[in-house]
Amino acid sequence: MSAQPLKKIGERSWGITIFAFLYLAFLYAPMLVLPVFSFADQKVIDFPIKGFTTHWYEEMFAKPEMHKALWNSIQVGVIASLTATLFGLLAAKAITRYAIPGKSIAMGLISLPLFIPEILLGLALLIILNVAGVTLSLLTIAAGHVLLCTPFSMAVLVARLDGFDKSLEEASLDLGESGWMTFWRVTFPLIMPAVVSSLLLTFIVSFDEFLLAFFLQGTEQTLPLYIWSGLRFPSNFPPTLALGSIILVVSIVLVVFAEWLRQAGTGGGKMKVGV
Amino acid sequence: MAAGTAVDTSAAKKPSWGAAFTRSEALRGWTLLSPTTILMVVGLAAPLVIMLLYSFWKQEGLTLNTDFTLANYAEVSGKYYTVLLRSLWIAALAAFFTVLLGYPVAYYVAFHAKNSKFIWLILLTIPFWTSYLLRVFALRVIMPEELRATPAAVVIALTHAWAAFAILPIYVSLEKIDRTLLEAAADLGDGAVRRFWRITFPLSLPGVVSAMTLIFVPTIGDYVTPSLIGGGKPATFMIANIIQGQIKSNDWPLAATTAIVSMIMVAIAVYFFVAALKAASRSLR
Repeated sequence: MSAQPLKKIGERSWGITIFAFLYLAFLYAPMLVLPVFSFADQKVIDFPIKGFTTHWYEEMFAKPEMHKALWNSIQVGVIASLTATLFGLLAAKAITRYAIPGKSIAMGLISLPLFIPEILLGLALLIILNVAGVTLSLLTIAAGHVLLCTPFSMAVLVARLDGFDKSLEEASLDLGESGWMTFWRVTFPLIMPAVVSSLLLTFIVSFDEFLLAFFLQGTEQTLPLYIWSGLRFPSNFPPTLALGSIILVVSIVLVVFAEWLRQAGTGGGKMKVGV
Repeated sequence: MAAGTAVDTSAAKKPSWGAAFTRSEALRGWTLLSPTTILMVVGLAAPLVIMLLYSFWKQEGLTLNTDFTLANYAEVSGKYYTVLLRSLWIAALAAFFTVLLGYPVAYYVAFHAKNSKFIWLILLTIPFWTSYLLRVFALRVIMPEELRATPAAVVIALTHAWAAFAILPIYVSLEKIDRTLLEAAADLGDGAVRRFWRITFPLSLPGVVSAMTLIFVPTIGDYVTPSLIGGGKPATFMIANIIQGQIKSNDWPLAATTAIVSMIMVAIAVYFFVAALKAASRSLR
């Protein structure tokens, strides 16, 4: 009697399955456009495609400004991801390990950069840096990115530390290890996958970030700023597409690796949704 | 003797203070939490407060007049209300369509993608981690010529950009639903449609509300989409384009005011949206 309706609930319906796959196509179609046109032998980015060429990649690699921008972005990304992950780790550890009064207020404040429009953050930072007399440079971009990346890092690490077995740390302390040694020999190896995942994801956020960099830039450009200037001059489109395709592929590889680590870290099974 | 006792008490007090410190959960927790909290107070709260101050000052040529004035607010509400309203409207449409399209996908992953849930969630989040600049540009390339530089094109691009932000919160709230409720309703004779509207949908509303808010709020301040899709044409200008222009012409107080006014409008809009949804969900049950 009840077997039949039970079956009905889990029943696979074709309509929604097809919709889900169409949605996936909508999501990925634009991401296929970049690589396709980066190999197209034409200056105008439009269908039909006339022929195959690797010329745009050669042209892109030959540009010294591109190399400079790439190196700048890597520097900013490394500084931002290391700093943000350190701040994120401290906060995540505090939140998951201790009962703290006012925890939700602090968590709300730390998560705030995710929810306020970037233009607001950019403008506010620009004003305060000016008031403080700080010269804009790659460092100011990195500082802005630290603010943006810290909540991401905290979310990734909280998800991992939430299922953390406290008794492992307590056993280490009982056996006479100091708090610091316990952290290095017990806690750190256990949370390592989540830390690496946080470093990768925050690096990607910083590496791809445009608007804060746009506001806080000094004389030097990061890669998204370089791409932005490339997008505004149609003659620069094809090499920019080549660059964009490479960035896209690298980003996807890093994200899949980071997600895989995050999953491996949480012991598989349940997907924890970070953001 | 007196000196001796003084030393004694301090020696007795010190370890007990230290012990209290290590024993007190709250104190140790806050010590660990404080660096990140201070970072946000200094890096986020302080700049926002200073920006608020700026909005009450006036830029006069190269000098900043720090006498209190509401002139900026008068100027913003007089000059930019069309752009403000357009930004609100575009953001609201983007939030609505992203959730409308994302809901069935979240539903599919939560209820139908039995063993492939993880793959689906990864596939749905990957685009979010890749360069927004490049995605918007790519969308522009595949858009038909006549669609470019219209507010509709901006909404489509935003719907693409925010996909993960709609799907994840809705998926989480759908995952949480107790499946036995659906079985009970089925046993009692409710069909699939009735089950959805009376159980699944009302219980997934928290996810819908947070998805809409998560998309609506940051979208108001979007700069990349209207600039790239709209090609810098005033017809698709959103408030961030105006703010960028004001910064360029060095009128920071006016830029600060425009940003603050748009945030106030967002807050009001979100308040009414949540209130309306609460009323609606009450009438649903």
